[in-house]
Amino acid sequence: MKWIRRKLDQARKPFGPGQKLEKYAPAINAFDTFLFTPNHTTKKGAHVRDVVDLKRTMITVVIALIPALIFGMWNAGAQYLYQERNLGSVTDVPFWEALTEGAILVFPLIAVSYIVGLTIEFIFAIYRGHEVNEGYLVTGLLIPMIFPVDIPLWMLAISVAFAVLIGKEAFGGTGMNILNPALTARAFAFFAYPLYMSGNQIWVHEGSTDSISGETILGSLAEGKEVAYSFSDAFIGFIPGSVSETSTLMILIGAAILILTKVGSWRIILSGFIGAAVMGLIFNAFGSNALMSFDWYMHLVVGGLAFGLVFMATDPVSAAQTFKGKWIYGFLCGFFGVMIRVFNPAYPEGIMLAILLMNVFAPTIDHYVVQANVSKRKKRLAKAKANLQTA
Amino acid sequence: MSKELNKKEELILFLSDTDEREGLLGKKNRKLLSDPLTDNNPITVQVLGICSALAITVQLKPAIVMSLAVMAVMAFSNMIISLLRNSIPSRIRIIVQLVVVAALVILVDQVLRAYAYDVSKELSVFVGLIITNCIVMGRLEAFALGNGVYKSFLDGIGNAAGYAFILILVAFFRELLGAGKLFGYQVIPDSFYEFGYSNNGLMLLSPMALITVGIIIWVQRSRNRALIEEN
Repeated sequence: MKWIRRKLDQARKPFGPGQKLEKYAPAINAFDTFLFTPNHTTKKGAHVRDVVDLKRTMITVVIALIPALIFGMWNAGAQYLYQERNLGSVTDVPFWEALTEGAILVFPLIAVSYIVGLTIEFIFAIYRGHEVNEGYLVTGLLIPMIFPVDIPLWMLAISVAFAVLIGKEAFGGTGMNILNPALTARAFAFFAYPLYMSGNQIWVHEGSTDSISGETILGSLAEGKEVAYSFSDAFIGFIPGSVSETSTLMILIGAAILILTKVGSWRIILSGFIGAAVMGLIFNAFGSNALMSFDWYMHLVVGGLAFGLVFMATDPVSAAQTFKGKWIYGFLCGFFGVMIRVFNPAYPEGIMLAILLMNVFAPTIDHYVVQANVSKRKKRLAKAKANLQTA
Repeated sequence: MSKELNKKEELILFLSDTDEREGLLGKKNRKLLSDPLTDNNPITVQVLGICSALAITVQLKPAIVMSLAVMAVMAFSNMIISLLRNSIPSRIRIIVQLVVVAALVILVDQVLRAYAYDVSKELSVFVGLIITNCIVMGRLEAFALGNGVYKSFLDGIGNAAGYAFILILVAFFRELLGAGKLFGYQVIPDSFYEFGYSNNGLMLLSPMALITVGIIIWVQRSRNRALIEEN
């Protein structure tokens, strides 16, 4: 440890105040704080400081993402190998083979996402003279997890650049964005390159070739076909889809980590699932086409709904901040997510659009929750005064 | 003033309505032309005329035709209102302005239909909507009502050029990235597509026009910090 510290201190000498590389100090500071706890203390006034700073929060989210990520890698490999080798089921593929194959497919996505995103972050940090924020550690991992595995790398790079530039830096950087940056990247790619982001061929590696079918459940439903997967398959995640969205089980493990460490809001996650279930039940009651009569509990486990609600909707920057607001916000995320999915078969990833929409409305929800509280307390005060005068 | 003015100078004085004599393209007049292109751009600084900037910038050709149409309307409406400025009762000035602008827009529309029917069909309702373009009314109110004919004419040309500049810039990027074409001709070689390049479909949708204008505004304001408003 001490050796690293010494080396680092040596390396940062030219970045010190007055030295020639001072301008680039954010770069070396970022590596420093990545390895060591920042040692600066508050100078003025009395402050209570928690050890859970932004960096710790972000790392917690990354840890929560790891189960879904590893499962996603395995699934990407297994879905491909099982169809290529004509095996009976996805689970027949040898575990390590599937994981290696999947890792080879997924790692380039992660690398591109981090390289492009962090480069832009560093440029802005140096240009604006602030430190590199940790927010991108999570965003950079989330982005490859919600893309189809076969997305061309340059498209991913452009989407990442768009999300970081327009979704985040244009608004002032980490903590100032109104939309979730990872979803901004996906929405950009979804509208810009629909051939590579939707349809029924792209969800398994080499899915566009004839021998391999890359359909998702929602995709085949929209075409009026039968669902070939059971609830338990969809829950554990043996289904085609974006890299890490398929396994509701792994996502719930991540959700448990987020909730136990109080990094993610259980209110948003729970109310989101309730909202989706309610909308699903309403559609089931009518049930006039295949998508509408699709069982409500299936809606919760297919597509990106679970992943979106657990990892995207809970983004503390773009979500609602008040407790009541979180209930409303989460509920409407799930509610609109299923609604878009069913009403517009061209947008099976309704949850993405629903969360982006609710991101925009989150401040409005908060505003009304706060105003309601203000008027409630005013009424209480008026009542108390009246009681005081009569007494 | 004892000095006799010759006829030409008299005319200049009447048209420019100032006591100073200056050439047709003196420093102040040049400023009228160049300001709207940069630091007083009607779209990126005053944020006017956004609707048409979103609607007709999918391709370069309609954008250029639209710019020319707006330029004609603005230059002549500014000129006419400036000529009438001393006889318009201020209570009904908006109606007078509308009548003038509407008449000019109909003229432009008819000319387009006669000589550029395809483009006119593409622009459809947006030619008619020049009447409601905030830039036109804005310049009439802010400039033509208080300035001489020649200056108003220059102001109209200048602001329309500022509008055109942004329109064409946005249309350039949208057509190039969205369709791989410029003026309807493919400019991105086929070999790019064979390598897996693909057009950006989002560029064809109007949100991207707004975002492109936003990026231009962002770049402009970080280059010239005086433009950033304080709140």
